[in-house]
Amino acid sequence: MASDSIALDHNGHEPSYLEYEGKHKGLLGWILSTDHKRIGILYLISILSFFAVGVTLGFLIRLELLTPQGTIVGPQAYNEFFTLHGVIMIFIVVIPVIPAVFGNFFLPIMLGAKDVAFPRLNLLTWYLYIIGGTLVLLSLILPGGAADTGWTFYVPYSVRTGTNMIFTLTAVFILGFSSILTGLNFLTTIHRIRAPQMGWFKMPLFAWSLYATSWIQVIVTPIVGITLLMVIVERVFHVGIFDPSLGGDPLLFQHMFWMYSHPAVYIIIVPAMGVISEVIPVFSHRTIFGYKFIAYSSLAIALFGSLVWAHHMFATGMSDTAEFVFSLLTFVVAIPSAIKVFNWTATLYKGSIELEAPLLYALAFIFLFSIGGLTGIIQGALNVDIYLTDTYFIVGHIHYVVFGGTGMGLFAALHYWLPKMFGRMYNKKVARVAFWFVFVGFNVLYFPFFILGWMGMPRRSYHYLPQFQTYHVISTVGSWILVIGLVLMLGNLLRSLINGKKITERNIWGGETLEWTVETPPTFENFENIPDVINGPYEYKQNEPATIEEEVK
Amino acid sequence: MSTQAVHVEAHEHRDDIRSRMGMWLFLFSELLLFGGLFLMYSVYRFMHQHDFSIASKEMNTFFGTMNTVILLTSSLTMALSITAIKRGSRKLSIFFQLVTILFGITFMVNKFIEWSAEFRKGNFPGSAILLNKPPGQILYFGLYYSMVGLHGIHVLVGMGLIAFMTRLTIKGIINKDDYVKLETAGLYWHLVDIIWIFLFPLFYLIT
Ligand code: HEM
Ligand SMILES: [Cu+2]
Repeated sequence: MASDSIALDHNGHEPSYLEYEGKHKGLLGWILSTDHKRIGILYLISILSFFAVGVTLGFLIRLELLTPQGTIVGPQAYNEFFTLHGVIMIFIVVIPVIPAVFGNFFLPIMLGAKDVAFPRLNLLTWYLYIIGGTLVLLSLILPGGAADTGWTFYVPYSVRTGTNMIFTLTAVFILGFSSILTGLNFLTTIHRIRAPQMGWFKMPLFAWSLYATSWIQVIVTPIVGITLLMVIVERVFHVGIFDPSLGGDPLLFQHMFWMYSHPAVYIIIVPAMGVISEVIPVFSHRTIFGYKFIAYSSLAIALFGSLVWAHHMFATGMSDTAEFVFSLLTFVVAIPSAIKVFNWTATLYKGSIELEAPLLYALAFIFLFSIGGLTGIIQGALNVDIYLTDTYFIVGHIHYVVFGGTGMGLFAALHYWLPKMFGRMYNKKVARVAFWFVFVGFNVLYFPFFILGWMGMPRRSYHYLPQFQTYHVISTVGSWILVIGLVLMLGNLLRSLINGKKITERNIWGGETLEWTVETPPTFENFENIPDVINGPYEYKQNEPATIEEEVK
Repeated sequence: MSTQAVHVEAHEHRDDIRSRMGMWLFLFSELLLFGGLFLMYSVYRFMHQHDFSIASKEMNTFFGTMNTVILLTSSLTMALSITAIKRGSRKLSIFFQLVTILFGITFMVNKFIEWSAEFRKGNFPGSAILLNKPPGQILYFGLYYSMVGLHGIHVLVGMGLIAFMTRLTIKGIINKDDYVKLETAGLYWHLVDIIWIFLFPLFYLIT
């Protein structure tokens, strides 16, 4: 076995991946490492840093909206703020975060493998990611000003505005490339290097969710890539593509943008659903209810999610037939998501529930994502959407699904897996307190958006009518509570990495998936031997009260 | 279920299917990238039938045809280089790889001559002559330069890739028993070829 080549430490122990020394030492040992675990950590650090920038911008946007007229910045700065906030949060944080951090770290371990299929390609994706992220930050610093088009880059404005659009567009293009390569890597990993006994239906649901996500990434990302590339070409060479003054059709841009960006919402949410499917059975000590339904619903989402993009364009005057079809499909795509929600709830039913931080965040996910999904259905109805589109209602919907979904999924994952990754436990009490700040702050911040939108408050607006102010003030106060919660939560996790209680116990939470059978923190090679996979991923034999099927009988 | 020992072996050794699968997925995403452009082309062609057919008459079919022949032949030489290495004749394989690169260079030179001629006629993005034409023709040339240009970049990348493979073949890293790298580079080159096969009629033949 290859483990012969690994230097054992003085106790005759294999060193963990954190201590392991390869060809390079120190910092180089990290940024040149092709170990999937180290790459996961690189992503973790970089994505959380960008998240901090994104949160700061969001905080400033809310501060600006405290009063109906200018509060802290002018209108141009405001436009740049919400654009950058959107670009960072969508393309740099929520799209990559769960696959790149936890997928990288745990997918190979969950499959019983030593690494991903293409380790060097994996490292390349991180460099592409960093280049993309840096370009976005540069656009902010360099003269000319950051992009001010909103994260949707609609033409013709994105072709004509004088700001540093090229940086932002190039950044998104490069990030897309990074995303495609990660997807390709995971697909090949799942197909080719599962442990011999790890059949498809023994795979943990997190792996299934990454499988579906990776397909979406590979299939739809090239479309947005080429679309944005054409906007760059149009800006630089004045080639006529989308600009109506050169004969182009701006609506074609919108179609192509949403052909990616609607499926992208599933790139964003499906991995988080995977996390939830791991956390819920572990903390309720129950076999997941409807394993195959959950696995297949990920694929169904990937399929139907690619056919609904034009529900973002109901107000653009498409043909009635098109509007009808897209509205109908939008309703259909809600079904697989709902299936998952029902399955999770059924899993919790009669479980012996441990309300640890990961489960709290998972429950928050279910609650907030349901609100997000149901408001999505409201928007999917044609006549209602004509009224709601471009109002604050949409902004509420986005945040409930993306932040309430993927954000909470990320926090659940952090509390669930971080102790495994670093061998240190956080302060559980502080984690629970932080959760309540996050949860309450979130709802105080975002729920008023629905009311504001319903009242007619437009989206992306710097000024607003005085009658909206009460709700804006409530929302801004909510943003303060949320930020306190986030600082408390991340501070607690960060502190634990430095002086948290050391743990070496392998199975911290009593999970049944393979990552809980390896050392804490894992060794460089993950496994001494290719593991035998006898049980399914969620077989809680001992303390299983009774499965629902038995109960029905 | 197969025995563990066999799989441990497979785990430790190289897995050609893995490399091929990676490349196929990559090519798939490349096709979709160009697919986006083909979509734009069809939409605009549908909107501006007449202008498209006028503009396409300005194309130099001679160069287009020549380049098609060149690329098709280069796909053949690429395939031959793989067959050669499989049969163990390294020199022959290197020869065919170099010929493939040479075809690539000829393709690019042709392109250069062709584009220069169009530029002299004033058919380039942003030129006053082009901007005075109807929108459909502006779009036609916009798409022409974008699509053929992006394809050209792929030709360059492909040539670089093959050159790298030639180096590996000379060093013996690519050999009779391990030629999957050359094979995947070949797949990429065929993709470049296939995309041209679609570009050619769309811009040169349909009027
Ligand atoms: C039950 C499933 C869902 C339905 C039925 C749904 C429906 C919709 C509709 C109809 C719109 C367009 C509203 C308009 O612009 O007038 C929209 C916007 C949006 N949705 Fe969803 N959605 C669902 C789930 C999701 C998920 C899971 C995410 C992300 C994780 C998401 C993210 C977004 C975003 C980012 C926008 C805003 C786009 C913008 O900036 O204009 N949605 N949704
Ligand atoms: Cu959508």
